[in-house]
Amino acid sequence: MAGKVQFELVSPERLLFSEPVDMVVVPGSEGDFGALPQHAPMLTSMRPGVIDVYEAGVVTNRIFVAGGFAEVTEEGLTVLAEEAIPVADIDPQSISTRLKAAERAIEEADSDRARAEAERSLAVAKAFEAAAEGAAV
Amino acid sequence: MPSLKDLRVRINSVKSTRKITSAMKMVAASKLRRAQAAAEQARPYATRMERMLGNLAGSLAGQSGAPRLLAGTGGDDVHLIVVVTSDRSLCGGFNSSIVRRARATVAELQRSGKTVKLVTIGRKGRDQLKRDHGALFIDGYENVGRKGLTFGEAREIGEKIIERFEAGEFDVCTVLYNRFRSVIAQEVTLQQLIPFPVPEVETGSAVPVLKATYEYEPSEEAILADLLPRNLSVQVFRALIESFASEQGARMTAMDNATRNAGEMINSLTVRYNRTRQAQITTELTEIISGAEAL
Repeated sequence: MAGKVQFELVSPERLLFSEPVDMVVVPGSEGDFGALPQHAPMLTSMRPGVIDVYEAGVVTNRIFVAGGFAEVTEEGLTVLAEEAIPVADIDPQSISTRLKAAERAIEEADSDRARAEAERSLAVAKAFEAAAEGAAV
Repeated sequence: MPSLKDLRVRINSVKSTRKITSAMKMVAASKLRRAQAAAEQARPYATRMERMLGNLAGSLAGQSGAPRLLAGTGGDDVHLIVVVTSDRSLCGGFNSSIVRRARATVAELQRSGKTVKLVTIGRKGRDQLKRDHGALFIDGYENVGRKGLTFGEAREIGEKIIERFEAGEFDVCTVLYNRFRSVIAQEVTLQQLIPFPVPEVETGSAVPVLKATYEYEPSEEAILADLLPRNLSVQVFRALIESFASEQGARMTAMDNATRNAGEMINSLTVRYNRTRQAQITTELTEIISGAEAL
């Protein structure tokens, strides 16, 4: 396969990943998509999920993101994520803490806005759990 | 004329002050290095987000129904100013210059008949503005970034601002902070957050060509509506990071000056101490000699 995509993963605090790779599968809000070289330019939001980095047909890197944006340009793929954790580094204990915190927030929510916010973090926590389970299999 | 003992005490006290200021200087220097590194690492995200926004806003420009965070409420009667200062002092003119600018801005806006509301980040700004403008405060944060600044803290502040904006509490939001120029220079910066000024996409570069062929998922409007609030948090984060680096720079310079001044003071006090001591010895000698001669 000719060419590689320049994959950049940035969080507000730092640049996490910047390497040319064969393919990246991104959890777009309208469905997963794979970014290969020469992909048409696009801009999409992401749902909480896992980014898979492919190198020579196998997944070499899996990174959990809690939503964000992905931009495909001629130069490559740029992912802006507010939170990004390599799946291998997920601490099993942090999953249950997160789930519990999110559930409690839903119960305690006293406004629509707070409830929506809490539901969002629960969705993130669930995706987080799924990502960790996927890694264990 | 101070006695020898007084001078000794003063020299010792200035010496211990010098120890403190030079230690503070070194602490500030190491914190500054960390803050600068953090500021640099935060840059890629901000620049990429700006580029995305530029592309999006450029293609939506002039259309009705643009999000209010971008287009504004249409009014400009109520201004919210977010004043970013530090929690600690002993950093030269760092906080005073922000406060001075804040007072000037508030006065100017009030003269032209606008309502002003203030949100302070950092204890020093709150303390200094409380006397004159305490009635304008609607929110205040302290100890932000005490244990290393995280994006989460900036997001909380950003979300609170958006909440207030959506509740119609203000029309225009600006943030006032010290931008980090260099270790010795900070620049007081007033930056508008809401409505967000669209970064100009340079015409003639490769970007506008790309823009035409962009595909958007789910849609331009939806992405923009999602991107804008996040961008606000990013801007707040940036202001905090810059302010933090500036604070350390300002403190380092201030403490460096203080250390030098203390050194000079010790020198001149020591000279005076020695002179006094010598004068005393001379007087004693003269007394003894003239006493002996009198016999």
